[in-house]
Amino acid sequence: MKPEVTDKERERFNLLLMKALDGELSGEEKTEFEQFVERSDQCRDELNKYSKLKEVVMSISFKDPPDEVWDGYWMDVYNRIERGVGWILLSIGCIILVTYGAFHIVESIIRDPGLGLFVKGAIIAAIAGFVILFISTARERLFVRKRDKYREVKR
Amino acid sequence: MCITKVRGMVRQAMEESEAITKCQKGEPEAFGFLVKKYKKRAYFTALALVGSHDDALDLSQEAFVRAYRSIGTFDTRHRFFTWLYRILRNLCLNHLRNNRRRAEILQEAGNSVIGKDPENPSLLLEKDEVKEAVWSAVSVLEPHEREIIILRDFQELSYKEIADALDCPVGTVMSRLFHARKALKDKLEKHL
Repeated sequence: MKPEVTDKERERFNLLLMKALDGELSGEEKTEFEQFVERSDQCRDELNKYSKLKEVVMSISFKDPPDEVWDGYWMDVYNRIERGVGWILLSIGCIILVTYGAFHIVESIIRDPGLGLFVKGAIIAAIAGFVILFISTARERLFVRKRDKYREVKR
Repeated sequence: MCITKVRGMVRQAMEESEAITKCQKGEPEAFGFLVKKYKKRAYFTALALVGSHDDALDLSQEAFVRAYRSIGTFDTRHRFFTWLYRILRNLCLNHLRNNRRRAEILQEAGNSVIGKDPENPSLLLEKDEVKEAVWSAVSVLEPHEREIIILRDFQELSYKEIADALDCPVGTVMSRLFHARKALKDKLEKHL
């Protein structure tokens, strides 16, 4: 009766089996693998089952979508890229306009002789607070992004 | 391998590298070459991961858009597809996670409709009972198991390329592959 493989040998056989199925065995590994198959019925049985499994899995072929899908594919990607650029430009424009408008509003408030020094100070403090919070958040996001290996993951 | 085939592969690799360099210099039209070359692989990989035509189309296109935005960080010593695959994979996994979360919320809310059902295999595959059974078994594997099967048996990437795409050692690729195939074998016992 042929000796069966031990648990440790089985682990080794499983890895060699994967390599054998995928044509990734080196010369030495091929000899080692053949010895396993030669001496153990269980290993031979596993090889047969996994070979059949690989065969059926590789036989799967998806239906090709209609030609129109492929014809318009690059154009769709291009449009998305273009729209992304559009949104960025729109956002930059809006930020500049809002900042410009806010600057003029603040300027007119400060120059208004009817407003007390106390109110003017409160407005300046509120604006300075907003700017600090904005810069701090932006810096934090930029800092995290640079070091985040999952940055492609949508949050 | 015949010399003509090798020459063809070298020429393609050079064209690809040239296109990437042009994209890095800010020429979006050059990106068209890469999209045309890899669109089918990207679509079918996404299809195998998420199991729906519309989602696969949307996610594969989004992966290209994100790849274009980050092309400046691409290291030309690596293969473009393995890099693209990392982006695509994250998008698909997020999509599956969001779908599952949405289904859980609907279930908790007592809604009997638990999100979109996976597409019927007969709509995705060529007509064949065994293939449909195999696909059904593949599609109920855990995402990380399905992924490794897709990369090796559908996309036919080498262990080295898979390790590169998944950012893990080759030994891990082999062990994950074994566990995924074992799970699949157990599900398909009667067809083997």
